[in-house]
Amino acid sequence: MAASPSSLRVYRGILKELRAMQGQNYKQSLAYNYVTDQFRKNQVTGERYCRAQQEALHASQTYLCLLASSRNHQALHNLYHAKGERNPEDVAGLVGLRLPTQPGGKGWEK
Amino acid sequence: MFRSLARLHHQFGNALSLCKRRTNHHHFSCSLKYSSVATERKRFYQDVTISQGEGGLFEINLDRRKLKTPGGKLLTVPNEALAIAVATEWDTQRDSLKFYAMHLTTLCNTALDNPTQRNEDQMISAALKFLETDTVCYRVEEPYGLVDLQKNEWDPVLQWIENRYDVTIGSSSSIMGPDIPQATKDTFYQHLKSYNFWSLTGLEYVITQLKSVVLSLGMIDRYLSVEQAVLLSRLEEEYQIRCWGNVEWAHDYDMYELRARTAAGALFVHLSSEGSTVKRKLLQD
Repeated sequence: MAASPSSLRVYRGILKELRAMQGQNYKQSLAYNYVTDQFRKNQVTGERYCRAQQEALHASQTYLCLLASSRNHQALHNLYHAKGERNPEDVAGLVGLRLPTQPGGKGWEK
Repeated sequence: MFRSLARLHHQFGNALSLCKRRTNHHHFSCSLKYSSVATERKRFYQDVTISQGEGGLFEINLDRRKLKTPGGKLLTVPNEALAIAVATEWDTQRDSLKFYAMHLTTLCNTALDNPTQRNEDQMISAALKFLETDTVCYRVEEPYGLVDLQKNEWDPVLQWIENRYDVTIGSSSSIMGPDIPQATKDTFYQHLKSYNFWSLTGLEYVITQLKSVVLSLGMIDRYLSVEQAVLLSRLEEEYQIRCWGNVEWAHDYDMYELRARTAAGALFVHLSSEGSTVKRKLLQD
């Protein structure tokens, strides 16, 4: 039985995440070798219903979710939360508002 | 590089000596030891490798130094897969170490150091406390859209777990929640007894993240994927998002964090329960 389409998709997904995290040298990493090895071992089986394979598929989907979510979370963190506290103008801008401007500065009306 | 190593050692040394001196002040020394988790530190190593040490346990090496837990113990994990996953977390840190994003390492540290000094029984009862206030058991009476959503999405999972473990849980819209029979708690208690300390650590982590025993067991038993479990756990929030719109820096941010934490916990349970897939497949080949 060849690898099912869904497991191939997960496999590609994990490799994509590894490359995003480790750059061009990702093929030398421990994780790359281990994941490739595991997917090769699990795709050759004559059993019609293989519990171990189901287990491996679920675990690999979980790992893919861990890698992808961590990356997305980090990206959002860097974009919105990494710069410390915002100034009032930026805060107003976040909800689509602008601070009122006063031509002569504060207390100009007097 | 050497300076940061020295600083690291210095901190660990401090924490250790404090620990010895203040054995009667557990809480104080624990909070001191774990305070470093929130801060970032520069990456002080080049290569991350794993090696198999005494008793077949795996260790993680940063350059040639062995990785230790905040409590000063050697960080050892029971199998190769988990060791590689932890090593990958260390290897993928770029300039600074973001401890708050290294969930598997954190779980290993917790399992090894056991900072709250609990035994398995205490952990099981802490985990099962969540059953009494389980997310999927509490229903709203209005708005009707959300009532339907909860019924359609949560009822199948409740039904599944009631059949799978042969228990009654039920749901309720009262503030007191459903009346869960003692037999149900006993069944889950017996089931969790079969978990080892490491997988219990992971399971309790998942339960506290999802705020639900039902969803956590559904995910560990492979009835739900991580994404589904997180979606069901955040059902009301998803409903509000549908009504009022999505805010990337709050909703998506929370969701990805919850997904990452839940996935890490689930993977930790999977990899640390005995008879893992890895070993079985190796024997078959």
